[in-house]
Amino acid sequence: MRTLIFLLKKEFRQIRRNKAILLMVMVMPVIQLIILPLAADYEIKNIHLTLVDHDHSTFSTRLAHTITASGYFQLQQYTDQYSVAYRDIEQDKSDLILEIPAGFERNLVREHHQTLFIAVNAINGVKAGLGASYLSSILQRFNQELGAGTINRTPYVASGPKIKLTYSNWYNPHMSYRVFMVPAILSILITMVGGFLSALNIVREKETGTIEQINVTPIKKHLFILGKLIPFWILGNIVFTLGLVVCWVFYGILSLGSLFVLYGFVWIYLLAVLGFGLLISTYSHTQQQAMLIMFFFMMIFILMGGLFTPIESMPHWAQIIARLNPVSYFVKVIRMVMLKGSGWQDILPQTRSIGVMAIVLNLWAVLHYKKVA
Amino acid sequence: MKQFIALIKKEFYHVIRDKRTLLILVGMPIVQILIFGFALTNEIKQSKIAAVDSSKDQMSQGLLKKIAANPYFDLVYPDLPNDQLEAAFRKGDIKLAVIFPTEFEKKLNTEKAITLQVIADGSDPNTATTLTTYLNAIIQDFSKTNLPRSANRSSDPSQPERQIQVAQKMLYNPQLDSAPQFVPGVMALVLMLICVLMTAVSIVKEKETGTMESLLVAPFKPIGIITAKAVPYFLLSLLNVVTILLLSVFVLHLPVAGSLLLLLAESMLFILTCLLLGILISIKTKSQQAAMLISLMGMLLPTILFSGFMFPIENMPVALQWISNLIPARWFYIIVKNIMIKGLGFVAIWKETCILCGITFVLLLISLKSFKVRLE
Repeated sequence: MRTLIFLLKKEFRQIRRNKAILLMVMVMPVIQLIILPLAADYEIKNIHLTLVDHDHSTFSTRLAHTITASGYFQLQQYTDQYSVAYRDIEQDKSDLILEIPAGFERNLVREHHQTLFIAVNAINGVKAGLGASYLSSILQRFNQELGAGTINRTPYVASGPKIKLTYSNWYNPHMSYRVFMVPAILSILITMVGGFLSALNIVREKETGTIEQINVTPIKKHLFILGKLIPFWILGNIVFTLGLVVCWVFYGILSLGSLFVLYGFVWIYLLAVLGFGLLISTYSHTQQQAMLIMFFFMMIFILMGGLFTPIESMPHWAQIIARLNPVSYFVKVIRMVMLKGSGWQDILPQTRSIGVMAIVLNLWAVLHYKKVA
Repeated sequence: MKQFIALIKKEFYHVIRDKRTLLILVGMPIVQILIFGFALTNEIKQSKIAAVDSSKDQMSQGLLKKIAANPYFDLVYPDLPNDQLEAAFRKGDIKLAVIFPTEFEKKLNTEKAITLQVIADGSDPNTATTLTTYLNAIIQDFSKTNLPRSANRSSDPSQPERQIQVAQKMLYNPQLDSAPQFVPGVMALVLMLICVLMTAVSIVKEKETGTMESLLVAPFKPIGIITAKAVPYFLLSLLNVVTILLLSVFVLHLPVAGSLLLLLAESMLFILTCLLLGILISIKTKSQQAAMLISLMGMLLPTILFSGFMFPIENMPVALQWISNLIPARWFYIIVKNIMIKGLGFVAIWKETCILCGITFVLLLISLKSFKVRLE
């Protein structure tokens, strides 16, 4: 026990002395947490539409009016040449082209039938799909109006029974995307702080050669690893607390669930992440190697953690990888606890998985660390 | 010139001797393009939903069957008791719930309008909106086919309904795959971070180990030292670009619709920008740790977020749109997308190219200015 205390003293002194790193670890996450959620807005709004009107009739202008009035679309340009519209798409000024063919009104009145053309910039598949389906539903409504409204000669009779939908969006009534992103970005930042710092730590002693001095002392392996683990664990908790304050001050997000549950999970989670970092550190020879390996995993963790894209939509093999990804658990849990107020019972499966990870990774790190140069 | 070649040789030795790092550098982009090319999608499929069906008659079961058959939904709880609804949401088991009123079928036949209640997990607003939109379409479709039509309309053949139909065409990406959107983004991301990280470490490492002194007393100009540092990583990154392109074409079946030569040239420009950024970081920092933390922790998330491949830049506040202009990956992403997927020529991307050149030039100036020939 006394050995551990001395080791901890040494580690803390080293951390404290390196003011630049300490400052970076504290300030960088806070700044990123303040700025980045503002940028992470995936709400599909501002779908730009270019209208190609070959008809210029009352019907076509009415249709154009209905579409722009719907609020889903911003009219980028109103033109009568398809090539002009296509250039809009090429330059990313517009997402959607609606082409009204010549004779639109005439055909509709005489033959009761007319086809419109939509061309969608489909590189962003989701935006394309949603834009097209919005436009279709507007056209459907326009159809009904045509059938019912002033143009039709038979008076409108209320149609048969209809199913109406009422929507309620729980937990986030204003449907703010930021509320969704802030906790998740905090979780990523914590992971990066813990992962990068711990990955660099042991290998740094290897590079500067000070590890030999540790190796010749009678310090037990697990004490050495523990001595490396605890300071970063405390640092991680400090950064997490700072992050929660930022959430509250800048975004007004207070955890709905109990803070004990949240911190309890973070404590176990940090153990897992730090264990992973230390494991990489024992495997690498130089800091550069450690950093590259950590970077490799970090990118996979972040992009496949369910932060930006839903895990359920991934192919099956990718979902299996995601199950080994600690970030995916943290992102899920922090959203559940902070936004929905979930309690211990709700996050039990995630906590168990992370707990197993923490034990395995740390044991592995202790076993793999050999006290020989 | 001979001296310069000797210097480059030295840098190559540094890179080649460290076999592990080399392996990671070459292997990492391959693994990442493969994983992300196949796995990343922001489509919403197979979302778990529940139904609270208190009527359990033919109509409600029919509608549920139709919903369950849809690939967007995965009906995990076809009959959830009302009081367990909240628990299911809190556990994250379901994203949406449909609540039927009692005696659904009877009410459909007797009442004019009937209301279905839909509850969505709004903590993920995008999924919630998308799911309700899809659900709405399904229910509309259902009521069209299964419900008796208005007597007036169907019995009056002399007045057929006016119909506007829609013919849709999905440009560039007819299958609505996610790869055309994500691969150029991941390419920009991987290149950027590898280039910056590697060069950022290279100069600072010489400072830390003390070999910088011998370089400084040698008769080289600072620009020579910097250039020699960058050359091996430049070639390595170019190799990465080629592997990524090969994988995208042959494994992910993405097109290279535009000119390959132009794409390579633009990639070189982008690599150059990133190398200079890395060099600047390594001039400004004192330890490897600091250089690495800046180039990874400081740049990973901003590059993902501001390059525009995850989140549309037009949605951001104006101030952040300005910041995003400074991120080289943003411009490279547009360039790659335009050349690879849309098949446009240089005319369409000259603006982005100019901006990248400008950023590169500014970085070069700052690096040269701040490179000190004296140790502190």
